[in-house]
Amino acid sequence: MTLDTILDVLTGAFLLLGGFLSAAAGVGLLRFPDAIARLHATTKPQILGLTFVLLAIALQNHQLSTILLLLFLLVFQMITAPVSAHMIARAGYRGGIIAPNSLLVDELERAIDAAPEFDNADGAEADDISWAETTAQPTSVPNANEPLDAEDERQQNASN
Amino acid sequence: MNEWVFIAVGLMLLVAALLALYRIIRGPSILDRMIASDMLLTTIICALGAEMVYNGHTRSLPAMLVLATTAFLGSVVVARYVSRRTKS
Repeated sequence: MTLDTILDVLTGAFLLLGGFLSAAAGVGLLRFPDAIARLHATTKPQILGLTFVLLAIALQNHQLSTILLLLFLLVFQMITAPVSAHMIARAGYRGGIIAPNSLLVDELERAIDAAPEFDNADGAEADDISWAETTAQPTSVPNANEPLDAEDERQQNASN
Repeated sequence: MNEWVFIAVGLMLLVAALLALYRIIRGPSILDRMIASDMLLTTIICALGAEMVYNGHTRSLPAMLVLATTAFLGSVVVARYVSRRTKS
C-alpha cells in the first residue's frame, strides 16, 4: 500500500519534470535568436524529457514486455536524436542559413579550409588565437568525413 | 493519483506545443520550422505517455515508436533536401 503511494509520487514527479522540460524548450524555441540556439534548446527534452515520461510509464506498468519496449524506444531516440540534430546543423551551416557573424568560434571553417591539402596550412593564422592549441588537431576532422563531403568542400571553396 | 499533477503536466505540454506551433508559422528559415516540428512531435510523444499513465494502459506505445521514427526520418530528409538545394 505504501509502495503504491511512493510509486505514484515518483510517477507524478517524473511527469512534472518531463512537462517542465518540454515547456522550457518551448520558451527557448520562442526566445532564442538563432537556429543553432533553438536547436540547442529543443534537443534537451528529446532525450531527458522523454526519459522522464518513459520512467513514469515504467513505474505504473511494470511488466517485462512493457519495460523492454520502453527501453527500445529510449535507445532508439538516443541513437537518432543526435543524428537528426547534427544533420540539421550541418545543413544550416553549409546552406548559409546560420549567419557567420553570430558564431563566436568557427572551428569548422578552418577544418574545411584545411581539407584539400591535408596539412596544417592554417597554423599561421592559428597563432593569434590563444585557444587553438587546446583544441583538437584540425587534420583529423577532414579525414572523418572526407569521402562524403569532398564535393561540398569544393563547392564551398568555389563560392568563397 | 492527484488530478492536479495531470492538469499541470497537460498545461505545460500545451504551452510547449503552442510555442512550437508559433515557431513553425513564424520561423524565418526552413530549418527553424524543422526544429520546431521535431519539438512538436516530441511533445506529442510526451503527451501520449502522460495519457497512458493517466488511463493506465499501454496501447499507445507503438504510436510513440512510430512518431519517434517519423521525427527522425523527417528531419534527416529535410536536412538533406536543404543542403542539396543550396548546392545547385
